[in-house]
Amino acid sequence: MITPQIAMFILLAAIAVAGAVSLILQRHPIHSALSLIVVMVALSGLYLLQGAEFVAAVQIIVYAGAIMVLFIFVIMLLNAGEEDPSNASRLARFVGVPLAAAFLVEVAFWIGRATSQMAPGPREAVSTRDLSSLLFHEYVFPFELTSFLILIALLGALVLARREDAN
Amino acid sequence: MVPTSYFLTLSAVLFGLGVVAFVFKRNILTIFMSIELMLNAVNLAFVTFSRSLGLLQGQVFVFFVIVVAAAEAAVGLAIIILIHRNRGTLNVEKVDSLKN
Repeated sequence: MITPQIAMFILLAAIAVAGAVSLILQRHPIHSALSLIVVMVALSGLYLLQGAEFVAAVQIIVYAGAIMVLFIFVIMLLNAGEEDPSNASRLARFVGVPLAAAFLVEVAFWIGRATSQMAPGPREAVSTRDLSSLLFHEYVFPFELTSFLILIALLGALVLARREDAN
Repeated sequence: MVPTSYFLTLSAVLFGLGVVAFVFKRNILTIFMSIELMLNAVNLAFVTFSRSLGLLQGQVFVFFVIVVAAAEAAVGLAIIILIHRNRGTLNVEKVDSLKN
């Protein structure tokens, strides 16, 4: 039986998988980056479908908005062109694709088997208020640590990318 | 309501596609993007279990994963800029100074 939720899931899942396949098939990095943005927006829709509004918003704002803009900025900065095919690609195509397909089928099979008996959990909607109270009470120390992590990453990126002759 | 297994299967498929991209691609920027794709697939699994088990901790963990991914992207892209400046290429097969 196809409920509207399942139809929505199938649509978003198809978009996400198509984006991921496009990420692999595109030769130009900027096309790969745009494909990845499509995947992220589709995943954000899937989070909304599961009632995780905060994660969906953070997914759009941080992933699609900040991280991917950084990627595209670097691609444009470095003027990255199309990647050239290598000698190993023929081997990868004939050995790698069947192996990857077998891996995917096996994982999907075992997940379907293991979770088919999983009891459905409580279905009440999770509010962002509950999430934030958990984040700022129980997990306030890790939360503060992440701000240090961001600061250190910022300094590290600055030190790494700085030109030596410009000091 | 969409069954949990659907989301987990999609998560596994996306993770597998991320692994494939990681192995196939030779541009260091695209390899980095495939890592982000794998992180996204894992985040989907976290949110799915969070809903399925009725625990909010999964969503908190997704938040931390996104923060770490942002930090990783900043440092990683700085390293990529450095590689491009020093070697003049983004092809990982040409970055092989440990081989010689």
